[in-house]
Amino acid sequence: MALEAATSVGPAATTGAYVSRTTTGPVQVAGEVLTVKRVGAYHHLTLVAPGVADRFRPGNFVALAVGGALSDRLLRRSFSIYRARPTGAYGGTVEVVFAVTGPGTRWLSKLAAGTTVDVVGPLGRPYALPKEPVACTLVGGGCGSAPLFSLAERLRERGCGVHMVLGASTENRLFGALEAKRAATTVVVTTEDGSIGIKGAVTDVLPDLLARSSSDVVYACGPKAMLHAVAETAELHGAWSQTAVEDSMACGTGVCMTCVLPVVGEDGVTRMLRACVDGPVFRGDRVRWDDVGTIPEDTLGAPRRGGPQ
Amino acid sequence: MTDVDLSTSLAGITLPNPVMTASGCAGAGKELDAFFDVAEVGAIVSGSVTLDSRAGWPTPRMVETPSGMLNAIGLQGLGIDGFLATELPWLVQRNARAVVSIAGSSLGEYAELARRVGNSPGVTAVEVNISCPNVEDRGLVFGCDPYQASKVVNVVRRDVPRAIPVLAKLTPDVTSIVDVAEAVVNAGADGLVMVNTTLGMAIDPATLRPTLGGTTGGLSGPAIHPVAVRCVWQVHAAMPEVPIVGVGGVRTGFDALELLLAGAVAVQVGTVIFNDPSAPVRVVSELREELAQRNITSVADVIGRAHRPEGELL
Repeated sequence: MALEAATSVGPAATTGAYVSRTTTGPVQVAGEVLTVKRVGAYHHLTLVAPGVADRFRPGNFVALAVGGALSDRLLRRSFSIYRARPTGAYGGTVEVVFAVTGPGTRWLSKLAAGTTVDVVGPLGRPYALPKEPVACTLVGGGCGSAPLFSLAERLRERGCGVHMVLGASTENRLFGALEAKRAATTVVVTTEDGSIGIKGAVTDVLPDLLARSSSDVVYACGPKAMLHAVAETAELHGAWSQTAVEDSMACGTGVCMTCVLPVVGEDGVTRMLRACVDGPVFRGDRVRWDDVGTIPEDTLGAPRRGGPQ
Repeated sequence: MTDVDLSTSLAGITLPNPVMTASGCAGAGKELDAFFDVAEVGAIVSGSVTLDSRAGWPTPRMVETPSGMLNAIGLQGLGIDGFLATELPWLVQRNARAVVSIAGSSLGEYAELARRVGNSPGVTAVEVNISCPNVEDRGLVFGCDPYQASKVVNVVRRDVPRAIPVLAKLTPDVTSIVDVAEAVVNAGADGLVMVNTTLGMAIDPATLRPTLGGTTGGLSGPAIHPVAVRCVWQVHAAMPEVPIVGVGGVRTGFDALELLLAGAVAVQVGTVIFNDPSAPVRVVSELREELAQRNITSVADVIGRAHRPEGELL
């Protein structure tokens, strides 16, 4: 079973061939808020942002500037793209789902329709798709499920079987459980408090689902601890895993070097890779999950032991 | 609209406009290719290139702060071999003016970096980073001490061909930036880049411990813009003939103009690129407007102008 190379549509794609500022790669556009809706514990923001949808592939994200043009909050907030529509009554739209975690997301959650939000996207490497029509399991934690629905659509177009596992701490932190029933053949829901579905974590039900569905690929998006567990479970079942990390990024475009994590390359060498341009989707078996937040000693360029570099 | 000549002269080289990117804020230029043509700005300044590849500090590497951010990256990069093999050729091929920032941890390393960079085709200028707050010695050895700073500049100047200007990037974290500036100019610096980030720190509300993996970090962004204006002002007043590149929190065309008025011949846009990836070209056009609406026809006419006595009209 082979996965197609995840051709990057982000700035990383500029390696080698010339990438025009007008046909591929991310666009920067003054987006306009269409709606902000509450969905359980989350907010669902729809922006008119022409140009983003045309280049979108599942797993891509957008980086939004917050607070307006004179904001004292300079860093962009990055969100997986939930849906992107190239055309519609309002022109191209892009949709994201997020939890309010600080002043930036609070600002976004209270936007009135018509407000301008600077949008950069689509960014990052998307999920790699299987070449053959194999069975796939998609695992989402919290609103990490958002990018999985457009992925499910692409997989079904390729004749792939689609199974979904959605997990959260409690019912109102689940996102897309109803939509999942339309998007997937099998849907399993877990909550830590048992308020809906099976009481437990996604990884409690994953081994059984992988076995029953004979999945060849596991796609996941959510907190790192969940991705770690999903990657291990996938490996035990001989499946590929494609994990999308949700890192805080300052720029989203590859220039700030803040969103790094240790990833093992094809050559066996560990490098600190940027989640924004080298990810956010990584092969789950390549990420050194236990070492996230550190510079492992054998990383390329790690400080030498016994003295400063 | 008034026709404005934006070109500027920096230590013997001519730039089509005075807006450069700041080291560590524009990758190697390539990342910003989707947003603007790298040849359209005055120059692209590389992230500081080190001799060996560096993995940098553990995460978290940044904290958002009021009108700015703290970073503790630790000069993550490919090292000089990777830079010269891939990143520099790309900038040259794109007709960008490439300013290469170098950072060493010893005089020997600075000398070797200077030789390697100086011998590479397509280098417009060398920027000597003697003030990064995020390396093991916290930059204290070189950038904060006029004598150490001058020794670094001396070895670099010796190994870079004459036609390529050597610019020293200074830290604002000193009692007298004029003393450091004078020392590096006497040691052969053709120009000064002011200022690097200023050392800061944040504490995490959840862990009640330092937020950054590197404990302390460099503060940058509009929060430090007035510090940059002050440093440029002071050094220009002391040494009006020395070319200065002003850097620190440039967000708008007027921010750039302010640094020029204080005495800079060029400016760099840094942290604001994270907020607005097309900021460098936006600042170029905003600067043009700022000058045009004052009926100023040339950048050269505003450099150091704020130092002129009151009453001397534009």
